[in-house]
Amino acid sequence: MLGLKKTDATLFLVVLGLAMLAPFILNPFPVGSGMAQFNAGYPDLMQRFVIFGIFAIGFNILFGLTGYLSFGHAAFLGVGSYAAIWSLKLFTLDVVPAIIFSIILAGAFSLLVGFISLRRSGIYFSILTLAFAQMSYALAYSVLTPLTGGETGLQIKNTDTPLLSNVPEGEIGRANFLGMEMGASHEWALGGWAFTFNLGYYIAAVAMLIAFYLSIRIFRSPFGMMLRAVKSNQQRMNYTGLSPKPYTLAAFVISGMYAGLAGGLMVAMDTQVGPERMFWTASGEVVIMTILGGAGTLLGPVLGAGFIKYFENIVSKINKDILHEWFAFLPDGFEDIMVSLVYPFVGKGWHLTLGIMFMLVVIFLPGGLVQGGQKLLGLFRRKPKQPEAGKADGTKPAE
Amino acid sequence: MDQIIVQILNGLDKGSAYALIALGLTLIFGTLGVVNFAHGALFMLGSFCAVIMSRILSASHKVAVPGETDFLGNQLMRDQPYVYDWFGEAAGATIVDWAVPISILFAIPVMIGVGFIMERGLIKHFYKRPHADQILVTFALAIVLQEIIKYFFGANPIQTPAPEAFAGSLDFGTWLGFDPLTIMYPYWRLVYFLFAGVIIAGVFGFLQFTTFGMVVRAGMADRETVGMLGIDIDKRFTLMFGLAAAVAGLAGVMYAPIVAPNYHMGMDFLVLSFVVVVVGGMGSLPGAVAAGFLLGILESFASMPWMVDKLPGINQIIIYLVAIIILLTRPRGLMGRKGVMED
Repeated sequence: MLGLKKTDATLFLVVLGLAMLAPFILNPFPVGSGMAQFNAGYPDLMQRFVIFGIFAIGFNILFGLTGYLSFGHAAFLGVGSYAAIWSLKLFTLDVVPAIIFSIILAGAFSLLVGFISLRRSGIYFSILTLAFAQMSYALAYSVLTPLTGGETGLQIKNTDTPLLSNVPEGEIGRANFLGMEMGASHEWALGGWAFTFNLGYYIAAVAMLIAFYLSIRIFRSPFGMMLRAVKSNQQRMNYTGLSPKPYTLAAFVISGMYAGLAGGLMVAMDTQVGPERMFWTASGEVVIMTILGGAGTLLGPVLGAGFIKYFENIVSKINKDILHEWFAFLPDGFEDIMVSLVYPFVGKGWHLTLGIMFMLVVIFLPGGLVQGGQKLLGLFRRKPKQPEAGKADGTKPAE
Repeated sequence: MDQIIVQILNGLDKGSAYALIALGLTLIFGTLGVVNFAHGALFMLGSFCAVIMSRILSASHKVAVPGETDFLGNQLMRDQPYVYDWFGEAAGATIVDWAVPISILFAIPVMIGVGFIMERGLIKHFYKRPHADQILVTFALAIVLQEIIKYFFGANPIQTPAPEAFAGSLDFGTWLGFDPLTIMYPYWRLVYFLFAGVIIAGVFGFLQFTTFGMVVRAGMADRETVGMLGIDIDKRFTLMFGLAAAVAGLAGVMYAPIVAPNYHMGMDFLVLSFVVVVVGGMGSLPGAVAAGFLLGILESFASMPWMVDKLPGINQIIIYLVAIIILLTRPRGLMGRKGVMED
């Protein structure tokens, strides 16, 4: 199907199904029930799932295949975002041109950064990309204020009159897709459940599916083979008469364009940008997502992105009262002990849980959650162990 | 001219912090071959040692103020630190005032212990793993450490003042024949600079003039041969990790009065000190120190008003710009050894 092998096609269909049915899957608890706060099926969060999924898929094409660990990918996301918002402000309120602009501009910027950074490898490459990203952040924050809005960032204002869209005098234009507003949602109440179908989410989900499809094709293509060769042994590749540079540069630009797409989509969903989007911790986040899910695997980055965003938005909301409610069945003393034991790890402390989990994954599961899943499956199937995909793709850097 | 001297002085204290952190990073990299992204967190832990110490020293209890009552007629109480009881009013006040220097004594064993646990408990298992894995696991460790600190101390910076004796500024210009009040330099920054100098000299002296240091240097140059000579190099390297952690911690302790400690200060310094290490050359100790001071001074020069007027934003990006140029033109950094991490 679509030029995919059977297993890949199944995987793609699974992701397609998950993405399309997300409003149902993420809303398993009825409204008003005690567990309702674990529902993640609201548009804002679902959009973030897929957008960061795109970001991580792109990062994985670089890191997972070539082993080059970039610590500056948020810069491309930021550039994409700025391109998109300017397109919305000046050109048209339609999101499609905005996203196209952001992909092109992020691609061009990553070509420049990649051309310079890829002269080195290993830790030097990481530091170079980090330096470029921090420079972009500092510039966006200070000197480039006319272009980036500095600390306050950019929003669509009521003084903006895009070239191709008619905005009534004094009104704030809204981003739209062929005239339909991005925020348009359809609510569907079914028994105790309420499901929200949001146009913006579905546009982002389609973009994510396209991105995912392309990444499968890249993984299975001769080009993807070359990228793996870069990771496993550059010297041998050189001796065969091939130069790794064009391949790694192409991978870098592709992943930069993915980041640009994610940035453009972010703006399309929520029309504002700030420079903190380019800060190096944002680059670190996508690294964590990819590793947590499983670097070098197809599904890993999407899983990791969903996992972290779920944590960030849901687990961080658990407070002491909710914990007391959960442990209410215990005797009084024990209840307090349990609450004080669990509390540091949820709510505002969710970063701690994330950090610990990230450490455990790096230590014990270099293939990420995907490898963990495979191991579990292997236990249940009792088949003679096959060579694991996760292990073969383990995270070795290019040196 | 006086402007230039002011900038050099301003660069010195930040440069000293960079140099100390980079020194520790390089020690770890040179001995164990590990890229330690948790080093900034160690710096942060160090400055929280100062916070903890000053809290311990000012731990107090209620005492009655004789002869005074509040408006309801109750006896007026005030907080009195325990040290006042033990050492008397005057000596107690001095001890509370000198909390930051005193916490050096507390920080050294704590940081060596932390370093020891880190190396034996976690990093030991990552020697054979690729550098990317080492970066990731230490990065995760840094997140964990800073979240633990955040849980106990909150997210706000905690003011930790220097002793009263160092509160003012030195009128440095008068020494050199400039008008008074042109070149002012806070005493504590001078202390920091001198302190950094002592630590750096201490580390170099330790490596250069002791048998232990000689063995470590030999191990850095060729680990296997040293091992074949029947020396347990791993044990010494573990100790070096503890030492590097202590250096970072001390840098943090003394930095607490300059910048109020907060849980993410380590991350802020980490990125820059990594840049310092690669500019100086991976594995080169003099390179790390030189690059630390160089970048600190460059940064403060770039923030001079006329510089910012000419090239707006230069103060924000100068370090990264220099790093990019050096990495591209000089693959092993300023003073890196030939063949160490050169590609």
